[in-house]
Amino acid sequence: MPRFLGNILENLFGKPATVRYPFERPEHVPGTRGEISFDMSKCDQCQDCERLCPSGAIEVDVEGKRIEWDPYRCIYCHLCVRSCMHQAITALDNVQPPVYRLEKKVFET
Amino acid sequence: MSDKQKLTVIPFGPQHPVLPEPIQLQFYVDEERIVDVLPNLGYVHRGIERATELNDYRRNIYLCERICGICNVIHGQTYAGIIEKLTDTEVPTRAKYLRTIWAEVARLQSHLLWLGLFSESIGFESLFMKIWRDRELVLELTEATNGHRIHMGTTVIGGVSKDMDERLQSRYLTDMDRLRKEVDDWSHVFYKDAAVREKTIGKGILPKADAVHLGAVGPTVRGSGVPMDMRCNGYEAYGELDFKPITHDGCDSYARTLVRLDEVYQSIELIKRAVNQLPEGPLANKNDRFPDGVAIYRTEQPRGECFYYAVGNGTIHLERCRIRTPTLPNIPPLLQMLVGHDVADIPTIVHSIDPCISCTERITYVKEAA
Repeated sequence: MPRFLGNILENLFGKPATVRYPFERPEHVPGTRGEISFDMSKCDQCQDCERLCPSGAIEVDVEGKRIEWDPYRCIYCHLCVRSCMHQAITALDNVQPPVYRLEKKVFET
Repeated sequence: MSDKQKLTVIPFGPQHPVLPEPIQLQFYVDEERIVDVLPNLGYVHRGIERATELNDYRRNIYLCERICGICNVIHGQTYAGIIEKLTDTEVPTRAKYLRTIWAEVARLQSHLLWLGLFSESIGFESLFMKIWRDRELVLELTEATNGHRIHMGTTVIGGVSKDMDERLQSRYLTDMDRLRKEVDDWSHVFYKDAAVREKTIGKGILPKADAVHLGAVGPTVRGSGVPMDMRCNGYEAYGELDFKPITHDGCDSYARTLVRLDEVYQSIELIKRAVNQLPEGPLANKNDRFPDGVAIYRTEQPRGECFYYAVGNGTIHLERCRIRTPTLPNIPPLLQMLVGHDVADIPTIVHSIDPCISCTERITYVKEAA
């Protein structure tokens, strides 16, 4: 019983372990592997990211100079970010909000 | 079969509150006592082995990490290990230590998850919540390491892709001390509480000889007093960390629970030791060959031995990649454990082997219509 008492008092007066989500947002961790974004002014369409992507989420159109990225195929491994020679891919540390339609993201010059 | 026709058949699963994943067990029961058990797998076959043959061998590491959410770090390390064997790539010592630390972090979160789920299967909800609250500590540490709570994704062929700076090292040490204190807060429940002991002691007996004969692995076999642990082979940095396997001689669900509980303490110690001994050096060596030849590689996952067999033919694709996860060899011992027990004991006994069905499924059998 004395062991329980300490626990009960701790739970009564301590802070809750959970976060009341819609009212409070959990603390954001820097370096979270979130969405990626292409800087088309740096990109030279070498297609390294397309070749390396484990889930085939990136499509590079060399002639049209546009890149399509499918956020729903992407497994957020950030291999493309690490391997890009020109540092044209930036990693954002966000978590994608819910959406109504599954659409690809297009990056153009 | 004529005798079996008089028995009642109780289907357990594929959807059942106790099971997180779909497996069906058909119980032949005589009143309350289980006489025979028939397993039925194949609900979540995903064709992983075929996918490993079709993929570029470098991309496979991300596929293998996604075989199992809980064991993702160790699956990645096993696949990287076998490719390093096939391509004769040397892994730097610092990378070996970092892999060991992250494998133990994965083991910690898996064992804490299991201890929580097991207490829930007993009906001990408050203990479940307490354990999962402490598991958050480990998940936050994983997130601080490489940005995801579960999928660490730090392993690459030839080493690791992420370094551990001094700030992260000191965070690992302080968090491990904190976790140890939190685990001390509830571990006595498993040692002393009457509800836990009555539900587990003497339930799901697997004698030592049967455990070896039926080929049980991991905490299931160590709970029967057999010191079988792949970490004893000294792969990665385990050889330098003075590792000794934990065994208990109870041969029942309780012994298997204690093995996992003691392994939580052991993992905390191993992480602290590895972080303190972390050597300087490069993170990864480049491999510039295609895999060629035949190799096997075995590692210890939280659930037991993980076995990979790969055949390379000097091209970018593997010819064959066989993956055996620890739940598969643990199913025959489970069937034996269940016989002779009451229906009310099914959830705790099934849970005591820590089944992970989605990782196990490698084949599906489709019956042709007559």
